[in-house]
Amino acid sequence: MSEAKFSVSFAGPLVTLQDAGRPGNMRYGVAASGPMDRLAFDAAHAALGNPTGGTAIEVSLGGVILNCTSGAVTVAVTGGDFVVEHGGQKRASWTVLAVSEGERLTIRAGRAGSWAYLAFAGDIVAQPWLGSHATHAPAGFGGGAVLSGHSIEVKNTALREDRLGDIPQPEFIPDGPIRVVTGPQDRYFAEGAVERFLSSPYAVTDAFDRMGMRLDGPELDLKAALSIPSEPIARGSVQVSGDGVPTVLLSDHQTTGGYPKIATVISCDIDRLAQLRAKDKLRFAAVSPEQAVATCRSYLETKQAYLDQISIARGTLEQRLMRENLISGWSEGDERAAT
Amino acid sequence: MPGHAPKFDAIADHAVLVSFADTISDEAHAQVIALDQALAKNPPQGFVEAVPALVNLLVSFDVMATDHAVVIMHLKALLDALEVNSVSGHEREVLVCYDTELGPDLDAVASATGLSVDAVINAHLSGDYRVLMYGFAPGYAYLSGVANEIQVPRKTKPVRDVPAGSVIIAGPQCLVTTLTMPTGWSIIGQSPTRILTGDPDAPFLFDVGDKVTFSRINRATYERMKDGTHHV
Repeated sequence: MSEAKFSVSFAGPLVTLQDAGRPGNMRYGVAASGPMDRLAFDAAHAALGNPTGGTAIEVSLGGVILNCTSGAVTVAVTGGDFVVEHGGQKRASWTVLAVSEGERLTIRAGRAGSWAYLAFAGDIVAQPWLGSHATHAPAGFGGGAVLSGHSIEVKNTALREDRLGDIPQPEFIPDGPIRVVTGPQDRYFAEGAVERFLSSPYAVTDAFDRMGMRLDGPELDLKAALSIPSEPIARGSVQVSGDGVPTVLLSDHQTTGGYPKIATVISCDIDRLAQLRAKDKLRFAAVSPEQAVATCRSYLETKQAYLDQISIARGTLEQRLMRENLISGWSEGDERAAT
Repeated sequence: MPGHAPKFDAIADHAVLVSFADTISDEAHAQVIALDQALAKNPPQGFVEAVPALVNLLVSFDVMATDHAVVIMHLKALLDALEVNSVSGHEREVLVCYDTELGPDLDAVASATGLSVDAVINAHLSGDYRVLMYGFAPGYAYLSGVANEIQVPRKTKPVRDVPAGSVIIAGPQCLVTTLTMPTGWSIIGQSPTRILTGDPDAPFLFDVGDKVTFSRINRATYERMKDGTHHV
C-alpha cells in the first residue's frame, strides 16, 4: 500500500478536514457541516477521478503550507481564485498537480474567493465522528482543524499523470442577486422590512466563519416586545438579531434559535455566497418555492454534467496534445453550461 | 387532531416548517413530538431529516426526489391520523455532583430565591424534566421542568470557559453541557453522564420527548466516574 505524509508548516485559522457532511443529526443539535462551497469540493474529487464525498482539506483565506515528508501523490486544488505554489511555480486554483517527498505545496488567498479545497488521490487518515470526517469547527468534532505542526497521512495514494493540469472552471454559476424564499418568520418584522431586505445592497462583514456570515446594510426592524420560541434553523437561514442586522447561517450553523428568520437562501446559491469576502457587495431577490425547486434542480443537473465531464481522465500530455489537435476541447460542455 | 390547524411554510428549496402555535405550550410540543414520531415510522419519499423544536418541526427533503407540495400533502395525511396522546419517551437518568466547587452558582441561586443551598439542590432533584429540543451546539439538549422555586433569569453577562458536563439552569430550563463554552446560565453542578455517549449505535443519550431524572452523587463518586468517561 502506498502512502504519503505531509507536515503542516503553516495553517491559518479555519483550515479543516471536510467530507460531504453528516446530514440526519440536526435533531441532536448537530448541523451537517461539510464544505462551505460544495461545488468546488465536488470538483476537486471529480478532477482526480475520486469517488464523490471523500475527505479533503478546506483552506480558508489564512492559507496553508504543507511539506511532503514521504511518498508522492496527485492532488487537486479548487475553489475561488487562490494562489498555488509548488515546485518553484505559481499558478491559480483549479489545478491538478503531483507532490513528492521533499516538495512544498503552498495555498494562499488570491484575487477572489474565501475557501479552497485540497483533495488527494488517496484517503486522508482521520477519526470519524458520527460516521463522517467533516469538522464541526466551533465544537472541533470530526476530522478536526488542520494546525501548524500537525502531520497529515494519506493512504492508498496514486499518481495520476493523466489528470495533471488545469481543471476547466464551472461556467454555470449565476452572478445575479442571491435568491431567497422569504419567511418563515416575516410576520415578526415591522412593516416594510422584507421589502427593504430585498431592495437594499448589503456588504459582507469580517464576522464570517463556518457558522455564518454577518451582513452590513439597512437595519431590519422587528416588531416590539419580541419573544419568539426557539425554532429550527436550516443552512441558508437569514436570521435577524435584535439590533436589526441580518446573518446568513452556513455549514456549521446552530440547529435551533430564537432570532426571527426573514428568508432562506436557496441551496444552489450558497456556494457562491460562501465564496464572497468581507466588503463584497450583494443583493437578495425573492423567488417562489416552486421557482426555488426548479432552479436548484436545474443547477444540480448542470453541476452533475460538469462533474462527469471533468472526471474523465484527459490522458497523458502526449495524448492530450494529439486529441486537442483533432477536436476543439470543451465546446460541447460550454454550450451546456451556458444554458 | 386537537388544537389549531398547523401552518406550513416552505423553507428555500429543501424543507417545510410545520408550526402548531406561535407561543410555547405543552400541547404544541406534544403535537411536534407526535408528528416527529409518525414521520420516523412513515417518511415521505426523498425525506432527509426532521428537526423538532418547541412549537414546530422542520422537515427537510432531497429536492431531486420531491417538492414542498408533495411533502405537505404527506404531512397532512400523517396529521389527520395523528394520536397525540400515544406519545411516550424513554426515561433517562443523569448523575449530578452538587459540590459547591463544581456548582459555583449554587450560592447565588440560593440567595436569589431565598432558599438554602440544600433546598435548591432538592428542588432541582424534584423537577419533572422532559427533553424539549436540541440546539446551540452538538448534544445541547434543552430540558423543561425546572421547579418554580429555583427559576432564575440568565446572568447579564455570560461566563467564559464553562466546562463540558456542567449542569446549568435558566428560567424553566435545564441542560447538561457537552462542550467548553461560555454560558449566561447558572452552573449548579457537574455530571459524569455523557449526553454525547461515544457509542456509535446510540451516540446521543436523549431523544426529544424523553423524560429525565437527576440523581445526586458525592464528590468521590463523581471523581471516580469522571475518569472513566471522556468527551468526544
